[in-house]
Amino acid sequence: MRTNAKARDLMDKASESTDTEGAMLARHEPPVLSVERLSKTIRGRKIIDDISFDVRAGEIYGFLGPNGSGKTTTIRMLVDLIKPTSGRVLVCGEDVNKHPERALRHVGCIVENPEMYGYMTGWENLDLFARMQEGIGDARIEEVARIVRLDARIHDKVKTYSLGMRQRLGIAQALLGAPKLLILDEPTNGLDPKGIKELRAFIAELAAEGMSVFVSSHLLSEIQLLCDRVAIIDGGRVIAVGDVNEMIAQAEAHTLWLFEDPEAGRRILAEDPRVDVAERDRALLDESVLLALPGAVPTRVRQDDIPGVVARCAAAGAGVLAVQRVVPTLESLFLTLTGGERDASGS
Amino acid sequence: MRRDLELIRNETVKVWKKKRFAVIVLILLALVPVFVYAQMKIAQSSQGKYTDWRAELRQRIADNNNALTSDRIPEEWKKWRVALVQQLQYYLDRDVNPNTPNAVRFTNTFLQNAVGLFIPLMVLAVASDIVSSERAGGTIKMLLTRPVRRWRVLASKLVTLTMYVSLILVTTAAVSYLVSGLVFGYGGWREPVFVGFRLNGSDMDTSGVHAVTQGAYMLMQLGLVWFSAMTVAVIAFMVSVLVRSTAASLVTMMAAVISGSILANMASSWHSAKYLFNVNLDLSVYLQGSPPPIEGMTLGFSLVVLAVWAAAAIAVSFAVFTRQDILA
Repeated sequence: MRTNAKARDLMDKASESTDTEGAMLARHEPPVLSVERLSKTIRGRKIIDDISFDVRAGEIYGFLGPNGSGKTTTIRMLVDLIKPTSGRVLVCGEDVNKHPERALRHVGCIVENPEMYGYMTGWENLDLFARMQEGIGDARIEEVARIVRLDARIHDKVKTYSLGMRQRLGIAQALLGAPKLLILDEPTNGLDPKGIKELRAFIAELAAEGMSVFVSSHLLSEIQLLCDRVAIIDGGRVIAVGDVNEMIAQAEAHTLWLFEDPEAGRRILAEDPRVDVAERDRALLDESVLLALPGAVPTRVRQDDIPGVVARCAAAGAGVLAVQRVVPTLESLFLTLTGGERDASGS
Repeated sequence: MRRDLELIRNETVKVWKKKRFAVIVLILLALVPVFVYAQMKIAQSSQGKYTDWRAELRQRIADNNNALTSDRIPEEWKKWRVALVQQLQYYLDRDVNPNTPNAVRFTNTFLQNAVGLFIPLMVLAVASDIVSSERAGGTIKMLLTRPVRRWRVLASKLVTLTMYVSLILVTTAAVSYLVSGLVFGYGGWREPVFVGFRLNGSDMDTSGVHAVTQGAYMLMQLGLVWFSAMTVAVIAFMVSVLVRSTAASLVTMMAAVISGSILANMASSWHSAKYLFNVNLDLSVYLQGSPPPIEGMTLGFSLVVLAVWAAAAIAVSFAVFTRQDILA
């Protein structure tokens, strides 16, 4: 896959702003996580191809990509579960692969599901992991159990826990050593909307206290709600790094129009030179948004032009019921970043 | 070092909480009384037939000698009977009863019979899943992302395994002694046993024979059983590192151990089979002075074979575990 001019432009822009800010920060301390030209080949197949990015102190960093893009393999390399074929991972300046006993001291992580020993209680599990590291006593175990609000059930066997509780126990385990970097792999998987909201607030709280959080997801909205910066990975390569909102602003946003008289409305939009009726993009849009506005017309239009178009529709008697800007999905962001080559290459 | 002790403590707690050892104790408590009852029946029937143990011993010698004259008995069975006859004669000549019923004798006989299959199977209950269960359960991801080097994690598991193997052996001996004592009485520690019988072709060399107490004999036997049990344990440990599923690793090891006891019965003419670990597990034959499964095997030979297998298994375990990618 070859990135087009637009994507390159976006990446340059992103790295520019990173460089100036990064230079300022670098004088004080190295990045909490630094991934340098990481590659992994398994049985002759290049799973991860030369990826690099930095995570700074106190930032929530998103790692976005569709399923099978190499997110989990990368995360496993970040925590020494998989040895990289080339490149290296530094945590607080320590090489994870060469000195895991020093580097992983600063890391708390959940890789995929938070699997713990079901035949032991939550407390016994935490106690077990606390003993693997210097200076974590009962007081700290009690503290993290309270932080994740598991203190009421902490002395029950883990096999009786719900998925949400296991997730919280996993986070408690990750927080035990007061890490500088928290790595969460698809943390909202299997959580209900309420749980997702709580988790988001919780992660924001941790970051406010100075912890860096690295979150992977395949949902753009998820990353947009949570993260400051993002690395987008596809087919084992990082195709863009930068500020989430900037990146989304660059992506082509859509506007949905819902009319009392759909026929008339569609005709007016089609005639208006400011509006591009983009029926072909319907597949790229978020299904839940389309569901809320049945029969809406997807268009591309500049935000400044919307009031004028609305006025014109109203004057013509089409009866505007709703006009809604739609956040781009990961799919449409990909199209912007790769200029549509992604679909053409069939990946 | 303190961290290492904590790691060993963790592993010990895991095995304990999984109730592996409890199951082993339950199996012992269920099975040992069965063996004790069987032994009691044998003792009762011979007591009914003979008033004097010497008469019984003479009858056994005569029976075995009769069997030796038959053409239908295979050659290796004959060898085994010749050795037995000569040992029994030795006891008779010195007026020592080799079959006094007591708890120590029962325990010694039980260990002798358990070394080939029963004890290896109990050891496998712990050894076969000490690593593979972490992979099957996904907990290995938590375990290996803590700031501890992988070889230390594996070493703590190996130390834990060694402790459980030792505990299993001591428990087996203790349960056997305590249960059989109810029937046969708890005495017999100081009774003599003859050791040092050496086979020279079909002839028994008795020049090195000397008497030890049954208590000392039990210690010697436990040492040998421990050695063979540890070999099975570390090989199972290696398989547990190599195979993700506990069931697969358990079945692999059970097949290996069982095929060893089958081979020992049929491989007397296939000489290179003596380099397999599983035909060398029954170290107590050397203590008893019975002929080994394959000609040319001696105590020293078997110890070396087992030690080489064990060392190789440990080397492979560490080499693989410290390098392998945890992909799923």
